[in-house]
Amino acid sequence: MANAIAGGSVVRMETTLSPLGYDDLPRLLTKLTGDEKHSLSAHSTLDVLWVLYDRVLDVSPATVDDPARDRFLLSKGHGPMAYYAVLAAKGFFPVEWLADFASFDSPLGHHPDRVLVPGAEISSGSLGHGLPLGAGVALGLRAQGHIASRVVVLVGDAELDEGTNHEAIAYAGATGLDNLTVVVVDNQSATHGWPGGVAERFAVNGWLTQVVDGRDRAALEAALTKRSPGQPNVVVAVVEPKSAAQTEQSAQTEQSEK
Amino acid sequence: MTTSTDMRTEFARTVAELLDEDPRTAVVLADISADLFTESAHRHPDRTLNVGIREPLMLSVAGGLSLTGMRPIAHSYAPFLVERSFEQIKLDLGHQDARAVLVSVGASYDWTQGGRTHQSPGDVAVLDSLPGFAVHVPGHPDEVPSLLRHAVAADRSAYVRLSNRTNAAPRPAAVTEAGRIDVVRRGGGALVLAVGPMLDPVLAATAGLDVTVGYAATVRPLDLAAVRDLAGTGTPGDAADVVLVEPYLAGTSSRLVDEALADRPHRTLALGVGRTEVRRYGTPEEHDVVHGLDPAGLRRSIDGFLNRGAS
Repeated sequence: MANAIAGGSVVRMETTLSPLGYDDLPRLLTKLTGDEKHSLSAHSTLDVLWVLYDRVLDVSPATVDDPARDRFLLSKGHGPMAYYAVLAAKGFFPVEWLADFASFDSPLGHHPDRVLVPGAEISSGSLGHGLPLGAGVALGLRAQGHIASRVVVLVGDAELDEGTNHEAIAYAGATGLDNLTVVVVDNQSATHGWPGGVAERFAVNGWLTQVVDGRDRAALEAALTKRSPGQPNVVVAVVEPKSAAQTEQSAQTEQSEK
Repeated sequence: MTTSTDMRTEFARTVAELLDEDPRTAVVLADISADLFTESAHRHPDRTLNVGIREPLMLSVAGGLSLTGMRPIAHSYAPFLVERSFEQIKLDLGHQDARAVLVSVGASYDWTQGGRTHQSPGDVAVLDSLPGFAVHVPGHPDEVPSLLRHAVAADRSAYVRLSNRTNAAPRPAAVTEAGRIDVVRRGGGALVLAVGPMLDPVLAATAGLDVTVGYAATVRPLDLAAVRDLAGTGTPGDAADVVLVEPYLAGTSSRLVDEALADRPHRTLALGVGRTEVRRYGTPEEHDVVHGLDPAGLRRSIDGFLNRGAS
């Protein structure tokens, strides 16, 4: 479907589908943003996404339709550039697709559409849908006997404001949905904050909780591969506060204007 | 005629069979009716899921199950299933290209003593704003199993609207996979199309009138070929007349009927539940009178419509 929309890109796929590395990501992000000066730190989810696709998830372009594949659900669908860059780097779709991001003919929008983006497990953009959907995916995998498969959902700390998350947190904890993992990318952007920390909301519902530096890829890998039978688990990946990241961004903008 | 069962019981019994027969099926509940699925929960614990009183989660879980290739059936009271969880239906089913069968109880005002919170006259209209939903409105408990089975066997999302209000007898011809309009009575004048439980009141209201009475238990897709056939050709000065009698918001299907008859002079009278909130309790029959859906009220509306046409 995506190929039909993207027209001639299929022809170019042959030359562009070899997997790329972490160091290629800045170049790919530049294709999306057109902004040479944009630092990786402006993309709060980038390191988490890279670690997941590079070292944790059992899914690849070859297994994208395998019923037993691991699932990654990007719930925080706004600002999907880092997600697209990682999917392109891992060969789920051609790098060329990044160039006309969000144009009429592009399968890549400002919010991802799973029907259009190879490798995208859900369409997101409206906050608070990924985690409840992920609970359903986890239940579906379990009911079909895919017991080794896991579901990882990425949410933002501000996104946790949406009450639907708390329906899923309570239910998954109560029923011991241990094939479900949530990664909260915590850039401290929730308007009213989470006194006591994000992890506490999960802990009281029986989740295994880990809090790590969201820029420390080794720590992320260790946390994301740790599981606990009978318990869903959450990894709170703490990154720079959004306000600081914005300040850095605006400083860069000023710099480029000079 | 009294019925030995009710629609909700038939629904639960049929779902229990489907869970036994097809490993792709799953039922997702939010506490309501959970007591009817105790045996299923014992036999199929991974596919009989009760998420507690969390209707949005129920719909999202249904979407997630569908994404893994399963065929989920979600069930609750109509306002909580359709209205509280509408964005979940729009995004976690439709936008994900996921599909589920939604089965409600309560209808427009089955529980009048419960007041507005448990009434959902707008459910079909709300779902009509989304693409792709089949909508089934059984008029008798015996119609529930086959409608539900057709809905589950199909590939699309579906809404099955159960009610305590029922006709005296089932109409098997209306609950086939094709979802055709069943011609109950043929006459020379207008087509009066009764949906689901409105058939008996319509038959009482139109006694002695020279009209055709059709019965629809499947309204999406609506059998518009039959509407065109039964409404008559319509000519200038002698318009084809259609009276829609729906047990939910009046006018919900007017758009479809008007489109189907766009090529001929026609008039449409859309009867159903009004928009005004009726701040009264009492019985469903008393509310029928308020909305003009009792046989006498229907007769007044139909007479007025047909006589206007004749004058």
